[in-house]
Amino acid sequence: MTNYVIKHADKWMKAFAEHIWIVLITLLLSVLLASALTIGAMYVNVLGKILIQIFSVIYSIPSLALFALFIPLTGLGMDTAIIVLVLYNQYLLLRNFITGLNEVDPAILEAATGMGMTKVQILVQVQLPLARKALFTGLRLAVVSTIGIATIAASINAGGLGSILFDGLRTMNVYKIVWGAVLAGGFAIVTNEILQKLEK
Amino acid sequence: MKAIEFQNISKRFANATMNAVNQVNLSIEEGEFITILGSSGCGKTTLLKMINRLYEPDEGRIILFGEDISTVDVVKLRRRIGYVIQQVGLFPHMTVAENIATVPKLLKWEKEKIEERSRELLQLVGLDAEEYRNRYPAQLSGGQQQRVGLARALAINPKIMLLDEPFGAIDAINRMKLQDELLKIHGGLKKTFLFVTHDINEAFKLGNRVIVMNEGKICQFDTPRGIKEHPADEFVASLIESTREQKEFWEELK
Repeated sequence: MTNYVIKHADKWMKAFAEHIWIVLITLLLSVLLASALTIGAMYVNVLGKILIQIFSVIYSIPSLALFALFIPLTGLGMDTAIIVLVLYNQYLLLRNFITGLNEVDPAILEAATGMGMTKVQILVQVQLPLARKALFTGLRLAVVSTIGIATIAASINAGGLGSILFDGLRTMNVYKIVWGAVLAGGFAIVTNEILQKLEK
Repeated sequence: MKAIEFQNISKRFANATMNAVNQVNLSIEEGEFITILGSSGCGKTTLLKMINRLYEPDEGRIILFGEDISTVDVVKLRRRIGYVIQQVGLFPHMTVAENIATVPKLLKWEKEKIEERSRELLQLVGLDAEEYRNRYPAQLSGGQQQRVGLARALAINPKIMLLDEPFGAIDAINRMKLQDELLKIHGGLKKTFLFVTHDINEAFKLGNRVIVMNEGKICQFDTPRGIKEHPADEFVASLIESTREQKEFWEELK
C-alpha cells in the first residue's frame, strides 16, 4: 500500500496538483460570476428568484450527465469540466449570497438609505459585512462540492485525482482505487474542516 | 424663513383603495418643533418619508428652503436631512463612533474633525464619549442606542431633522428623559424638527405646533393650547377627551 505512494509519487502528486488547479480556477470564475449575478439581483429582485430557480434545476442534473451534455459543445478535457463545475457552484453561491444579503434587517437598510448612502455604499459598507457569514458558508459549500465533483471530471479527461481512481477501476488495481478515493475524499474533508474553523 | 412647504401633496400606495396622504397643504417655519400626531395608518409616517424621498408623492410639490425637492439629487437631499427611526437601525458591525462617522466619512471629512465631532455629539446626547465611543450597539440599552441614533442623524449638522416615533420602543422613564433632552437639543441648535408620534402627551409636550392627522388628512395644525381650546373637529375633540379620561382614571386611583 505505502509502496504505491512512494513508487508513484510523481503520478499522484501531478494528479493532486491538477485537482487543486481545477478547484482554484473553478472557484475564481464561480465567485466572479456569482458576484455579478448577485449585484444584478440586488437591483432587480425578481432576477434573484429566477436565477436561483434556474440554477437549482441545473444543480439537480447528475454530474456525469452534465459533463456528457457539454462534450458536443466544448469537447473533452479540463475546460468542459470547469464550465460544468462553475455552473454547479452558482446554485450554492447565489442561494447563500442573495439570501444572506436580503436577510439584513430592513430597519438598518432604511436608516442607511435615509442617511443618504447610495445603493453601492449600502451594499459594500453595510450588507456585505453583515452577510459575511452566509457568504462564507456559500463559499465553503462550493469548495467542498467542487473538490468532489472534480473527481468525476476525470471521466472526460480533465485529469485530477479522479484519474487515479478511474485508472484503478479500469485495470482493477485495488491500490489505485483506494489511494484515489483516500486522496479525493481526504482533500474534501480536510478542506471542509479548515474552512469551518476559519468560519468561526 | 419657511423651512418646509407641502403644496397639495397626495400619495396613494399600489393596491390601496384610499390615498395614504390626501391633498395636504402646510407650511413650517425654520426652527419650529413640529409634532405629527395620529393613530397608526393615518399617513403620518408617509408624510414624513416624503420629505427625504423614501416615498415619492403622486401629486403636489414639497419645497425645502425655497427649493422643490423633486429637482434635487436624492442622495444629496438625504444628507442634508437628519433621519431617526423607531427601530434605530444602528449598524451592528460598527462601533458607536463609527456609526456616528458614517455620513461624515462619505463626505470625506478629515479624521480629526470626525473624531472631534463624534465626541461633541455624544456629549450632546448625554453619553460619556470615552466610555461609549468604542462600544458596539449590542452593548447598549435601548435608550442609549437611540441616543446614538440621534447623534448619528445630527452628525453633519442638518437643518432639518425627521424623527419617526424615535422613542416608541423606550420605557416610560427613559422616554421622559429623552423627550426633555430632545427639547434641550432643539432649543440649542435652532433646527427644524418634525417628530411623528401616536402619543398625544408626547406630541403636546414636544411640539410648539402639532399636526393632528386622520385618514390621510390634516385635521388641525395649531399650537397645543390652540388645539386644546378649539378642537377643529370631532376626531380632535375625542383625542383631547381621551387624555381627560386618563387623568380621571389616575385621580380615582388616589
